Amino acid sequence: MTGVRVTKRDVMPRNKEYAVRLLAVALSIVFAGVILLLFGLNPIKIFQSLIVGSIGTKMRIKQTLIKAIPLCIASLGISVAFKMKFWNIGAEGQITLGATAATFVALNLGSDVPRPLMLAAMMIAAVVAGGLWAFIPAIFKARLGTNETIFTLMLNYIAIKFVMYLQYGPWIDPAAQGFPKIAKFSGNAVLPDVFGVHAGWIIALVLVAFVYVFMNKTKKGYEVNVVGQSVETARYAGMNIGSIIVVAMLMSGGMCGIAGMIQASAIEKSLTYSIGNNYGFTAIITAWLARLNAVAILFVCIAFAMLIQGGAYIQIAMNVPSSVASIVQGTILFFVLGSEFFLQYRIVRMRDAQKEVA
Amino acid sequence: MQTFLATCIVAGTPLLFAIIGEIMTERSGSLNLGVEGMMLLGAVAGFVTAMSTKNPGLALLGAALAGAGGALIYAILTVTFRANQTVTGLTLTIFGTGVTSFIGQPLLGSTIPSEVSAFFAKRALPLLSDLPFIGRILFRQDVFVYFGYALCIVSAVYLYRTRPGLNLIAVGENTAAADASGIRVDAYKYAHILAGGALCGLGGAYLSIVRIPIWQVDVVAGRGWIAVALVIFASWNPLKAFFAAMLFGGLSILGLRLQAMGLSFSQYLVDMVPYLATIVIVILSTRKDGKGNLGPANMSRPYFREDR
Repeated sequence: MTGVRVTKRDVMPRNKEYAVRLLAVALSIVFAGVILLLFGLNPIKIFQSLIVGSIGTKMRIKQTLIKAIPLCIASLGISVAFKMKFWNIGAEGQITLGATAATFVALNLGSDVPRPLMLAAMMIAAVVAGGLWAFIPAIFKARLGTNETIFTLMLNYIAIKFVMYLQYGPWIDPAAQGFPKIAKFSGNAVLPDVFGVHAGWIIALVLVAFVYVFMNKTKKGYEVNVVGQSVETARYAGMNIGSIIVVAMLMSGGMCGIAGMIQASAIEKSLTYSIGNNYGFTAIITAWLARLNAVAILFVCIAFAMLIQGGAYIQIAMNVPSSVASIVQGTILFFVLGSEFFLQYRIVRMRDAQKEVA
Repeated sequence: MQTFLATCIVAGTPLLFAIIGEIMTERSGSLNLGVEGMMLLGAVAGFVTAMSTKNPGLALLGAALAGAGGALIYAILTVTFRANQTVTGLTLTIFGTGVTSFIGQPLLGSTIPSEVSAFFAKRALPLLSDLPFIGRILFRQDVFVYFGYALCIVSAVYLYRTRPGLNLIAVGENTAAADASGIRVDAYKYAHILAGGALCGLGGAYLSIVRIPIWQVDVVAGRGWIAVALVIFASWNPLKAFFAAMLFGGLSILGLRLQAMGLSFSQYLVDMVPYLATIVIVILSTRKDGKGNLGPANMSRPYFREDR
């Protein structure tokens, strides 16, 4: 008797697990190459250009890092929520509102406020706004059990429409001669450069350490893990699930808010409705690929920032739409998602299985 | 008033297809958050096929196949490889968005050929269109809309009155029991995820071929996500899906209507209304006591026979 059968496997050794994941990424790149071929592009040339475009010159490395910063911070925020199996896909809106609050402070506090004070005030405002935007779905989830996926997603659209309203309405810069633009920040509201890249990278590294310590070394972080593993267990252990959800979501949204503040302060030096630039969605992929591990997030985000920057480069240099990068991103995640099967299950040939029984 | 209601139907039709598609998918126990991505794939595939073949039938076929193709990726990963449904669906949306904007970039600003537009022109149905009041609303529409009416009825009959439909409900409610009673669970899941994807693709094609026959960036604009929410509102029932779709079609054109009446306000604030209303519906359909609107009991759970 032959045939195959799927059975659950015991825990896989670490090195074998990494091998499976690496194999998945390698296969996904081959597969992405095939997709590019189908679109009539030369995959080798595209991949080469993605690398040249992202780390080929000092300037491009800087651009890659600048893109890794918001991605990394938003991924950290998402990872805390996802650990709890709270599907926060509202990062884009939380980024947007964080940026909006920071802009409100930057434009109203005056240009004579000392820079550190101004930046601190902007950051606090961004944390509050991003956190608040995450708090709304969190409190409904905690109190009523409302589905958070759609709730957080709809809040993205509302946040973006709100900034459109501001940009075309009350916040329009009279000096822009009718163009729907919000005023540029004065110098004291702009993040300074440190070693050639704006100081957001320091914030990102601090947050990596913070999330790592929170998730692995604190009681609250442990509780977040337990709620994610099993709500029943958490309840049995006497944990206050509602308050855990709310605290974790405040952190999640707060961090996304910081990402927005950094984009407004260092990149746009103003606010636009597209300030989120899809980082909030890409961060979902990176957080998952990093298995919601803070340190891994850092490296995955740098790799993805290379894809984003490389994508921007090929658009200009080769006249290939930058969306190639998101096709490659999606393909990588598909393969990694598929590979998780092989970590949990193994395929046994029927005859072998019978032997095991005998 | 009648004109407004007739426009609600036009605006609601893409939602209708997507909602019924997602109902079929969720009834099989799969929550596919890739609706937005599949609608985009359908929109671009339908548009490209319409441009190159000038044949409306082929355009619809292309859209359905593209949506089903996206759904196939989802089905392989979640059914066969038992991957996390939430993340897989989200990835499908990101992937679909990427593929669509890649294919769509050179098409920006192109219009649907007149042969195809003519096929989707408004046609009054004999007799029915003369019915008082509702005739003008329901029966002076394009063929795609009529197709939508038929879809509602056919899918409701399928779901509640046929053996495969009832089996499908069993798969979603209690996968293990369905499996034990000899239903081929995986085949049911695959078939309905693919059919759901095809319908989402058609919903997208209605947008790009009929509603806005000029290719533009992000034609779907979040309607896929609204459809996912409206499945809850329709309580997984294809007939109720009709009312959900029309109500939200109406909300999405409310701004234009009010402006036409001479009221002045920010367009962007009115644009928020459908999204806000979706949130209200998600909140209202939450029942803590576990009764009613929770959907198929075994949704989002990967099924593994040995776990039984």
